[in-house]
Amino acid sequence: MTFLQSLIDGIGLGAVYAVVGVGIGLVFGVMRLVNFAYGELITAGGYTLAMLSGAPGIVAIIACFAVVVALALLQERVAFRPLRGASPATMLIATFAVSFLLQNIYLLAFGSRGSTVGTLGGLNHAIAVGSLRIRWITIVATIAGGVLLTGLTFVLNRTMLGLQLRAAAADFQTARTLGVRANRVITWAFAISGMLAASVAVLLTVQSPLVTPDYGVSVTIFALVGVVVGGLDRLLTASLGGFAIGFATAFVGDLLPSSGSVYLPSVVYGLVIIVLLLRPSGLFAGPRATAAERV
Amino acid sequence: MTRRLDALVALAAPVALVLVIAAVGSQLNPVRQLEFGDALVSVAIVVALYVFVGNSGVLSFGHISFVAVGAYLSGILTLGAEQKNLILPTMFGVLRHTTTSTAVSLVIAAAAGAVFALVAGIPLMRLSGLPAGIATFAVLGITTNIISYWDKIGPGVTALALVPTNGIWTLMTGALIAIVVAFLYQRSPSGRKLRATREDPQAAQASGIQVHRQRLYAFVISGALAGFAGGLLVHELGSITTNQVSVELTFTTLAMLVVGGVSSLSGAVLGALLISGLNSFLADAEQGVNIGFQLTLPTGTRLVTIGAVMALVLILRPSGITGGREVRLPRRWRGASGELGPGA
Repeated sequence: MTFLQSLIDGIGLGAVYAVVGVGIGLVFGVMRLVNFAYGELITAGGYTLAMLSGAPGIVAIIACFAVVVALALLQERVAFRPLRGASPATMLIATFAVSFLLQNIYLLAFGSRGSTVGTLGGLNHAIAVGSLRIRWITIVATIAGGVLLTGLTFVLNRTMLGLQLRAAAADFQTARTLGVRANRVITWAFAISGMLAASVAVLLTVQSPLVTPDYGVSVTIFALVGVVVGGLDRLLTASLGGFAIGFATAFVGDLLPSSGSVYLPSVVYGLVIIVLLLRPSGLFAGPRATAAERV
Repeated sequence: MTRRLDALVALAAPVALVLVIAAVGSQLNPVRQLEFGDALVSVAIVVALYVFVGNSGVLSFGHISFVAVGAYLSGILTLGAEQKNLILPTMFGVLRHTTTSTAVSLVIAAAAGAVFALVAGIPLMRLSGLPAGIATFAVLGITTNIISYWDKIGPGVTALALVPTNGIWTLMTGALIAIVVAFLYQRSPSGRKLRATREDPQAAQASGIQVHRQRLYAFVISGALAGFAGGLLVHELGSITTNQVSVELTFTTLAMLVVGGVSSLSGAVLGALLISGLNSFLADAEQGVNIGFQLTLPTGTRLVTIGAVMALVLILRPSGITGGREVRLPRRWRGASGELGPGA
């Protein structure tokens, strides 16, 4: 039974990591930028929800989406657009600088004690199935993750915008030559990744309602580890990597004796290193993963 | 001849900078001395990072693991036997019964950093790009996790305290040693080969350079310097917690390197000094400081400003303040044979 319980916990955790992973992977695909400041988008969403705790849930959620998408576009316009074409190291460190800056702005604006979100707290109630406990949020997170990823797949495969995004991911220069407008495509990639971050903010604040300036950091790190383990080159493998990290954390946590539970991160990171050594292009990347398939 | 001179200037410039910082710092009050000492330790850590990242072009998020191991080991070794029995009763006997001088503890810290880097580097140096970044980050996660909880190798969840501290001259000597080692390495055949792989891995491989082996050499030297710099850090602060040698230090030191200019030694030194200088100045300004007029910044502006400055420098000058080049003499001093390649 504990096996099933771990499986359920793993799905709930994995769905969140998967959505974050896809948000990071989408931008990476189009402009080869790993946005470490993605976590601060989630944090911004969390603060918006916290400030609107008294308002009707739907209003708070719409505001959360508006704020997060606006911040994502602002990040792109102010910080990352001038860096297009810089070396990957410079871009990555720049996203860290943006992350550091935003965290300290939050600290200045909201203090270190944190703000509490009460919007969808009811979803924390659990339903009992036999000896298993399933919280509503696990179900909602799983469904929301599924809907978001399916919707995104539809957009990518069936719309003009999706075609342009995929073209830009495959070969940015050629796509531009053929008439894909670079700024437009990148702006859309950031907007979509912002919407995903806002969804994550809504889901995550139900499970841990106290929003602090570094709220989004650990989920971003775990999701980033997940997407690289899964394979950053395609969104499917990136999201599977998110799930893999969620499962690994839940199962290892279950297997470790209680005296060893503090070493959970070490075991998970150890597994990550082993996977990367055996399959550097990703756990789920096909045997002939090519650079052409990026989104 | 001019080449020799260029090399000499490339070494002399960062050395002079560090000497000036130490000389100025030594004249100031104890609080300021701490700030200058902090800057010198940052120089040592960033130079250690530079030896690998700057010469290989591969990002490492794992170097602070070596700093952490060096800091804890060096700190523990210099504690007296009675202090150890008091604050570290559960530790392994070897560590509990050995007490060394600071200098010896720094050498041991460097050796530990080198061994750790070798063990981690043998498998990890086969990776590059993002997988390398994530794998080195995982090494950091494991290191800080284990140091935080395993009370047989250190203080466990509590801070390591009561470590004897050293003055600015010791820290300066440490920073200078790091700079000289980094300089000698980048001028060595191995360093040159590694820089070739950074510019063009395929071409370098085709000329018979074993990329993984060269990266491993640099990783080990860099790990040794990082362990050494960790020892300096703990003997500057007098105490340490794992939070101080974790993700935040990883990113601030990487940012110092990138802000200065990732592919030059002068860039590493300059970046470390500028960012730590700015940090200290803003910390003072939050308390109120007189710079011709009285300046008092609201509490919390320090980190916001540092973040903004780092972001701005990267946006306006993506290859860093030095542009990744070493300091060179102005053209008219350098004689007729002006057509030289980029600095060593």
